[in-house]
Order: sequence, then structure tokens, then C-alpha cells
Amino acid sequence: MSVSIQQVIDSLRNKYPYAIGEIKTFRGEVSVFVKRELIREICSYLKKEFDFKFIVDITAVDYLGRKTPRFEVVYYLHRFGPDFEENIRIRLKVEVPEEDPKVYSVTSVWSGANWLEREVYDMFGIEFVGHPDLRRILMPEDYEAFPLRKDFDVRNREPSKRSFERALKEGT
Amino acid sequence: MERVQFIKEEVDQEGKLRTETLMLNMGPQHPSTHGVLRVVLHLDGEIVVKAIPYIGYLHRGIEKLCEHITYQQCLPYTDRMDYVASICNNIGFILAVEKLLGIENEIPERAKVAEVILFELGRIESHLIGIGTSAMDLGAVSAFLYCFKERERIYDILEMVCGARMTTSYPRVGGLPEDLPENFEEAIRNFLKAFPKTLVEIDKLLTRNRIWVERTKGVAYISAEDAIDLGLTGPVLRGSGVPYDVRKAMPYLGYENYDFEIPVSTDGDAYARYLCRLEEMHQSLKIIEQAINNLPDGPYIADLPDIVLPPKELTYTRMESLIRHFVLVYEGFKPPPGEVYHAVENPKGELGYYIVSDGSGKPYRMRVRGPSFVNLQALPKMVEGRLLADVIAAIGSIDIVLGEVDR
Repeated sequence: MSVSIQQVIDSLRNKYPYAIGEIKTFRGEVSVFVKRELIREICSYLKKEFDFKFIVDITAVDYLGRKTPRFEVVYYLHRFGPDFEENIRIRLKVEVPEEDPKVYSVTSVWSGANWLEREVYDMFGIEFVGHPDLRRILMPEDYEAFPLRKDFDVRNREPSKRSFERALKEGT
Repeated sequence: MERVQFIKEEVDQEGKLRTETLMLNMGPQHPSTHGVLRVVLHLDGEIVVKAIPYIGYLHRGIEKLCEHITYQQCLPYTDRMDYVASICNNIGFILAVEKLLGIENEIPERAKVAEVILFELGRIESHLIGIGTSAMDLGAVSAFLYCFKERERIYDILEMVCGARMTTSYPRVGGLPEDLPENFEEAIRNFLKAFPKTLVEIDKLLTRNRIWVERTKGVAYISAEDAIDLGLTGPVLRGSGVPYDVRKAMPYLGYENYDFEIPVSTDGDAYARYLCRLEEMHQSLKIIEQAINNLPDGPYIADLPDIVLPPKELTYTRMESLIRHFVLVYEGFKPPPGEVYHAVENPKGELGYYIVSDGSGKPYRMRVRGPSFVNLQALPKMVEGRLLADVIAAIGSIDIVLGEVDR
């Protein structure tokens, strides 16, 4: 079964008419904005109907002062075609407001999303509801700031210092 | 394994023998974790009940750093991720920026073919280390020495081309910074002649080596479904029987014109991954041979004055070139607003760069999808319920580089 990206978008539009927002194409890559509340349903729908078995990447972008809602969580899905030429990829985007930085976790759809979501949580402070093990992954566990947010001051060493001093005291 | 801690479990009320699980802290300073990986193992006797990897000891915030510097300045940071195949990271980043700029079709053929050769050399280099170190972890030091001897030859070629051995920072956006050295072709041909002998030697040392086979066969098994579900790529995925390779699925640098195979094994264990890596080196040689035979003459960098620095002699002699040089270095080139994701098949799996541009000279956001980071997720699944000694074999067979896991 060969599938084109247009078929996938049409089917999504039919199934979730209110959840699909703007669709952008840049340099041959398609990004689809979807409603935040429905990301898990849409992901499992794509996995079931179109065989998007593979999660390539989950990341986020902080658009502080450039647009509202502030954050975008970006999902990049891959479908293995029967032939090498028929591999297709789609990028889903979810807008996340600053006041309520929460998204449903997609770990139940792909277990590979586990660490990717943890990294987004670690770097942006976006909480993934339903994640089995949402802890910091790269930064120390008691670190207080979210480094990849645009309002993080790179010259401010205080969070690292505090976390280091605590570690020295506790001896871990 | 410096700290050992006992956890007492509740005594069984039915009077059965009281059992305790042992918590063992492996790493972060441990020679067979390939860097600073820490794994907390819960052991029942010699059986691993639970394995929890802790990463981040080498986190340098490369993604954050890149938001504050121009695109050209990001290039040296990409070396420091997968530092055993830095040339592959460099080329991947360059390709992503070229895609963002929309100049893929302007890149001269000579630069593309040279990049393919260097990319495959990087793959061989990384697989040599992957095989050599994982064999050394299991006690076979001689294979490691054979691998490192050959890696030095690749470093010699890289040094000849770009002046650096390990942290290459080599190609530029638009092509190569200068033409390939005169004896490049000769050096590659010498390498093509000499390297198959080493491959045979490694093959003889390991493939039917009883100890190696027993330590790796059936160890760190992962099924094809689990591998896809976990998002694994590279030899770990192909060792489980999924014929997925970015070079075939989404060809870049003209890989669709080369004749090569994707080695796949269906066993899904550490031995299968070793066989995949070994065969991939043969395929890389095949690609290098085809590339060197078709290395065209002509320009080595695109003629794009807004992006590419002017030649050095013009910078010294002409005012306009000096101004252009200054502007390009100081402000950087400015890609149009937009976002791209570009993936390359790194030796360890799919390396993706997701770059968001806001139209300025610096990336608004640069995300690196490191293959080692995602592949390491499979470690608990591979070792739970297995022997403690298999953890070493599993880590070696995933072939991680912590510089890329932590970034």
C-alpha cells in the first residue's frame, strides 16, 4: 500500500475536522498544526491507519515574545513504506500556552517517546500528562531552571551553583 | 563499581527464604561505559532485575550555545557530539543548513563526491571503534589494536584533507573550503588496497572466535517490533531485521546513484549488530571506490557570494571582497524564515538536525536528534532478566558515544 502525504492530510481532515489547523510546507516538508487536546488520539490514529510506527523526534520551540501561544511541541513521524521511495514523514505541531504548559504524552503510542518527552520537559518545562516517568534527564534532578527557554539567562550560574552545592553537601 | 548498597526487602510471612536485591552503581567512571554513562542495576544474584540509565554528565548545552552564534560558528560544536565520527556530524549539519537556504542544487559535484568519500571514511572509523572497544570490553584486546591501527590511517587522510585528525570541522556551507590535496586520490586508493586486509583480520579474530560468539550471541536481544517502537536506528535496528537506512530511504549527497546494499540480520542480538557493522564497512569501501572513480574536476565550492566567503587572495587584495568577508563573518548569512529537518545516516543511526530560522544570521533553534541518545533507551529492555556481564556486551553493541547522548 503506497500512501502519499496528501492522502494522510485529507484523511486527518475528514476524521478530525476541528482539530487540524494550518498546514505549512517549507522545503518539501509538511507541518500540520493540531489541537493540543487531541494529539494522542491523532497520533494513535496515524499509527493505526497509516502505519506511522516510528517516532523520529519530539522537540519544542520557544517563541517568547514572537507569538502566542508561546511554545510549540514538534512531533516528527515516519512511515516505513514497502519500498524505500515510499517512506513518508509528517511533522505535527502542538501549540502550548505559557500559563498551562501541558500536553498529553504519546508514550502509550510509541515507547520511544519516553526519553524524547523527558528531554523536552527538562529543557522547556513542558509537562507531559500520562508520562510514566517524567524526570529530568540531562540536567541534575534538583535543577530549577529550564535552559532552552528563551528567557533563560546563560550568564546566570545560580541554578547550577545551588545544585552543585547541594550535591556536595549530600555527597551524591 | 565503587559503591554497593543493600536494600532489605520485607521478610516473607509464609516463612520462605528472605531475598534481597542488590543495588549496584555502574559508572559514571567505568571503562566499559564508553564515556560517562551511569547505570543503576538492581541485581538478584547475578540476574539484572532492573536497569536505570542516568545520563547528562557530559551535557554542554550545544543546542543552547548554537542559538547565540552564527551558522558557520555552529560547525565546530557539531564535532564534539559524536567525536569518533565528527566528519559525519559536520556534513549532516552542512546539509541541513544548505536545505534551509535552498541551495542543494547549487553545490558542485566535486564537493558532493568528496563529501561522500569522507562520510564513508567516517563510518568506517566509527565502526572500527565500535567493534574494537566492544571486543576489548569483553576481553579481546588484540582486535582493538588492529582496529586502531587502521583508524590511524583514516585520520591521516582526514589530516591531509582538513588539517585536523579528530575534530575536523571540515566542509563549509556551499562546498569545500579549499580544493582537495593533490595526493588525495592516491591516498584513498592506497587505503582501498590496504583496508580489506584488516577487515579480513578482524573477521578472523572475532567472527568465529568461540569466546566472542558465546559472549554476544543471543545477548542483548531486541525484536524488530520493539526496535521500531523504541525508535532505534542504525546497526541496532538493522541487526533486528528492519532494512531501514536513511541513505536509501531519503537519499542525500547523491547516494541514490551509488550501488550498495543494506546489510540486515534478523537475529537481533549483539552478534548480529557486529555482523552488520562488519558488512557495512565492506559496503562503505564499495561506495568509496565508486566515488573515487567518478571524482569530477571542476569547482569545489558554489558560486554564491551571499553565503560563501570570497577566496583568501581576493580578501587581501580587493576592498569589496574584504567588506564581503567582514560582513559574512560578522553577521553571517541569513536564511529565510522557516524550519527544516535533515537526516543523515550516521554510523550509529539517524542523525537529524532540526533548524528553525527567524531570518537572522543565527539559528533561532537548533535541535539535534542524536542516534545514540535514542538508541540508549533500549538498554533496560536488552538487559533486564539477563546476567550482569551481559550489560557490558549490550552497551558495547549499541555503540553509544556519550558526547552525542548528552550533547
